[in-house]
Amino acid sequence: MRFLTLMEKLRVPLMIFPAVALICVLFFGGLTVGLGQSLGYFPAIGSYNLTFQYYSDVLTDSTFFESLWLTFRLALLSTVSSSVLAIGIAMVLRQSFKGSRFFTFMFQLSIPIPHLVAAAGIVLLVSQSGLTARIAYALGLINVPRDFPVMVFDRPGIAIQLTYLWKEVPFIGVVVLAVLQGVGPQYEEIARTLGANAWQRFRYVLLPLIMPGVLSTSIIVFAYVFSSYEIPLLLGVRYPTTLPVLAFKNYQDPDLSLRPQAMAMSIILTVIAVLLLVIYKRLAKYAVNS
Amino acid sequence: MQKIIRWIVLISLVVVALAPILPQFVWSFSHRWLFPSLLPSEWSLEPWEYAFSTSSRVGEAFISSMAIGIVVSLLSIIVGLPASRALALYDFRGKSVIEWLLMVPIIVPGIVATMGIHQVFIRLRLTDTFIGVCLVHLIPCIPYMVLVMSSVFANYGTDLEDTARTLGAGPVSVFRYVTLPGILPGLLVSTMFTFLISWGQYITTVLIGGGSIITLPMVLFPFIAGTNYSNAASISLIFVAPAILVLIFTSRQLGRESAVMGGFGKL
Repeated sequence: MRFLTLMEKLRVPLMIFPAVALICVLFFGGLTVGLGQSLGYFPAIGSYNLTFQYYSDVLTDSTFFESLWLTFRLALLSTVSSSVLAIGIAMVLRQSFKGSRFFTFMFQLSIPIPHLVAAAGIVLLVSQSGLTARIAYALGLINVPRDFPVMVFDRPGIAIQLTYLWKEVPFIGVVVLAVLQGVGPQYEEIARTLGANAWQRFRYVLLPLIMPGVLSTSIIVFAYVFSSYEIPLLLGVRYPTTLPVLAFKNYQDPDLSLRPQAMAMSIILTVIAVLLLVIYKRLAKYAVNS
Repeated sequence: MQKIIRWIVLISLVVVALAPILPQFVWSFSHRWLFPSLLPSEWSLEPWEYAFSTSSRVGEAFISSMAIGIVVSLLSIIVGLPASRALALYDFRGKSVIEWLLMVPIIVPGIVATMGIHQVFIRLRLTDTFIGVCLVHLIPCIPYMVLVMSSVFANYGTDLEDTARTLGAGPVSVFRYVTLPGILPGLLVSTMFTFLISWGQYITTVLIGGGSIITLPMVLFPFIAGTNYSNAASISLIFVAPAILVLIFTSRQLGRESAVMGGFGKL
């Protein structure tokens, strides 16, 4: 009997322990080591003294701020445009019509496709000698590849944005669709009988219902783009590049003394990401409530 | 009017969905395809012959990507399933802290943790090993598994389990005949997500695998960077094939009104 109550008490801890332990060791352990190294605790090169030197090195470097701004701009633009497009498409796909299963499948198509493959596809499509440029030539719009707007290896990072849009719109959209399909028509019908027009029905009935889903998926997308490495490396300009690319470059440099700087950079990136998300959640709560 | 808008949206949706993928089929069979021709001037099977040759290491990379993906998914299920059930069905002290702990890796950029864990793995001799790569892939995978499955468990009543238990079913048969069928659609989708997260990892594998563990993204990357698009296309398509297969199996669950995708809305 006593054994049974003990088992009852231990049940929840036993269920959560493996997951929590793995995340604590791998994620928070890694974070702690990184934090230590950013503060100068780096036994491998015989450095034990804690210092803010590496942070001040990073924070006085204009390269860092250019990269930070680029990273932020890419993440913000990708997130906002993906969310808006996703809501729009979900509103169309939620209606029942002939072939809606086929179109929903096409909409989901890019979700499982790896980002690298998406990047390759986007380059083939929008580079100056890509398929779009060739179609433009065939239509007589351009004469040489040079005439076609630069979208790859460009400072605004259009190809990078397009890659993220192509990948993330369906991700947010599928979540919105799942919520919308659970809503059913009754709310809207009540609003309609009360005289609400289409825009009002969307703004005051549907939007508040889908907003929580849009908020959390947009947080996932923002965080993902904020820490992305291979897409900006492949499709962006060498300088300025995004913070993760810059940090990994320093980290993998044969000169080990650059590692603490790389760690300091990514710790700052992490702190900024967390701050932005806290602000975003606050703002979102405020916007939903008012 | 509304119908016209709908069809414009739907047709552009199909075009946009296929535009980055279909041209890669043509590229994978092209030998010369210069601007401004709309189709290759010389066709060739070379990109495919290259992809299937041993020197390209595509086959080897495919096998290790697949093995890592399967091990990571299984481990995510083993540790994630009990945790999500506990979070969804029990109230306990410190629950919000645990929830927060398990969700943080989704929100916080993993770059510091990855570089930090690299240092630890060097000391533990886990770099350049299969298990080291699997462990680092678990960092983003476990949180997604828990996020989706706790939403699935929250929507799942335990009454049926209680009934089965009253009728004398042991824990194994309760799980096998009651719990598992109940959560299976959600489990399929969350397993698909974890597998695909692992399948697409690039920089974590490069860092921890150190070149000893070669996965498909690592084989593909230099061809895109080196603008060798014919070879990039054939490898891309090999890389995409399992992902599309997985989608075909789970598409209905993704599209359905359900707690599964709604899970992502509960972060």
